[in-house]
Amino acid sequence: MAIRTEELLMNIGPQHPSTHGVLRVVVKVDGEIIVDAEPVVGYLHRGTEKLAEDLQYTQIIPYTDRLDYLASMINNHAIVGAVEKAMDLEVPERAEHLRVIVAELQRIASHLVFFGTYLLDLGAMSPFLYVFAEREKIIDLFNRLCGARLTFNYMRVGGVKWDTPEGWVEEAKQFVQHLKKQMDMYHELVTGNEIFLNRVKGIGKFDTETAINFAMSGINLRSTGFNWDLRKNKPYSIYDRFDFDVVVGENGDCYDRYMCHLKEIEQSLRIVEQALDQIPEGPVMGKVPKILRVPAGEYYSAVEGARGELGVYIVSEGKDKPYRLKFRRPSFVNLQLLPKLLVGQSMSNLIAILGAVDIVLGEVDA
Amino acid sequence: MEMFTWLDKPMSGMTFLNMALGAVIVLGFILGVVTYTIYFERKVIGWMQWRIGPNRVGPLGLFQTIADVLKLLIKEDIVPAKADRTMFLIAPIIAFFPSFMVLAVIPFSATHIFTAASNVGVIYYIALSALTIIGVVLGGWASNNKYALIGGMRSAAQMISYEVPLAMSLLAVVLMSGSMNLVEIVEAQKNFPYVWYIVPQFFGFIIFIISATAELNRTPFDLPEAESELVAGYFTEYSGFRFAFYMLAEYVYVFAMSALATTMYFGGWEGPFLPGWLWFAIKVSAFIFFFFWVRATMPRIRTDQLLSFSWKVLIPLALLNLVATAVVMTLV
Repeated sequence: MAIRTEELLMNIGPQHPSTHGVLRVVVKVDGEIIVDAEPVVGYLHRGTEKLAEDLQYTQIIPYTDRLDYLASMINNHAIVGAVEKAMDLEVPERAEHLRVIVAELQRIASHLVFFGTYLLDLGAMSPFLYVFAEREKIIDLFNRLCGARLTFNYMRVGGVKWDTPEGWVEEAKQFVQHLKKQMDMYHELVTGNEIFLNRVKGIGKFDTETAINFAMSGINLRSTGFNWDLRKNKPYSIYDRFDFDVVVGENGDCYDRYMCHLKEIEQSLRIVEQALDQIPEGPVMGKVPKILRVPAGEYYSAVEGARGELGVYIVSEGKDKPYRLKFRRPSFVNLQLLPKLLVGQSMSNLIAILGAVDIVLGEVDA
Repeated sequence: MEMFTWLDKPMSGMTFLNMALGAVIVLGFILGVVTYTIYFERKVIGWMQWRIGPNRVGPLGLFQTIADVLKLLIKEDIVPAKADRTMFLIAPIIAFFPSFMVLAVIPFSATHIFTAASNVGVIYYIALSALTIIGVVLGGWASNNKYALIGGMRSAAQMISYEVPLAMSLLAVVLMSGSMNLVEIVEAQKNFPYVWYIVPQFFGFIIFIISATAELNRTPFDLPEAESELVAGYFTEYSGFRFAFYMLAEYVYVFAMSALATTMYFGGWEGPFLPGWLWFAIKVSAFIFFFFWVRATMPRIRTDQLLSFSWKVLIPLALLNLVATAVVMTLV
């Protein structure tokens, strides 16, 4: 006689150590195998888009800091880039360089956090502390630049708020050299580990077609072997001046996503290095009207965020506040495939897959 | 050797008092050792991770664990409303007792202070350490919590799977020494000058140390309490001193397993120049350090991989090792 078994309904989150915030996944498990999964989002919803309708364009910038709080600089870049494009404003060279430097450093910091937390999810404690020590150095650089350590509010429409303090460029150069050496250690510690490879190879696989159908972008799309990076394909700011490669994966599994993150850190280091060498002297703020009025119309502009295409869609009536502001948040879009990936996997794989999709709840819920 | 003869003597008031006294001293001693094992772990892993580790309570943070234990003891004893009350209350005790009982057969030094030189020492250790599984499963079940249940089930599967290769690898040593008495096993390693069983039984030792890590629920086999998946595994619902019991059991086992490895493979208290108890302490500390080192380095293995690794790889290898040892012992 077969023993009667029951499916178990489990709530992973919203209070759970490895949902990276307040994501809740309602899973039905048969033993340890997931038969159904449903992500529940919205626990961190703050209504950023609605709030933005009552704010002047400069006032929106600090709100974007709190979207993807691991990559505030890139969010800043997205909103100021969109307004500049809509108003056709000139940005001084030095400001453009500073923007690229901080955006890429921020990307490195964000990917480092991915690396650390992913390994923490998989049960390895030490990498988390190693990368946070390195991230701390980036945060210190930002701190000296703009006085904040997480929500920077650094960029302005038409430039950046602060010029570099004395010796900052040299310090940043030293850091780039330092991190290059550290990357070898990370590979040695983690990438070759047999247990780690067994946990991530061939797990959470999807192909390019699925990724495109689900409008995925960033590393989730590139890990399937599809070459798409806004910095290369639709260059914004001054990215067309730098020499770097777009990192693509092969199989679209968790291992590829992990490797893409690490390799992208190396590419970002290349960009930062070049930008630090080329940075010209000059003003950091261009000539902009005191009150920003975006001409009536609809504008879309996007940057390559740490997690994918971060788009800003502005509907303006020609006033100093947007009529409607929409953020295309890559974390939110990338999360949509999760239920399909989870079905048939075990509980341990749930963590591996969710971690590799690399979401930030501030961005998912906005 | 006086202690061993106690069991043979008729039970009198004096013998009983002596035995009770001995037990209390061992208990206090082990508690002290465990307290500083936890401190040692936090310090060592802290250093490995570019941190300082505990450094606030007392000089160099030496009283940190004592403060932690005191805090746990005075906490409210919470029993979840839906839990199976009786089971929930006794489960930590069931898990905790065997961890101390196994220490009875461990020979700490040449003078055999407070140990029983039982003729079935190895079997006694394996049998009693298996009892802990009951406490773990019971705790997971009685909590009436899904995480705890899955954690408890995982522990049961894991500990039962790894008991088998552990026992088999130990059996090979028993074959070589011709005794299950841990004191005699140490004495047997004295015969050839300091060639401990690690040399002829190197293969068996590898199997033993892997199984031991799994048996202790330590990284990379710490699935039962995989915090990133199951919050805290089988003791999710436990707090206060009942939680302390589980933690204590875990660390006592780390000590006991290290002591067993030292006895079986590294010649126990044997060693030149230094007194026996010091050699024993050094060897045990090295093992404990090894477990911590692995914990700081490795990610966690997956459940299905864990089980198939035990049944498909470790057990056949352990059997092979056992047969090979038996054949060699017959021929030589």
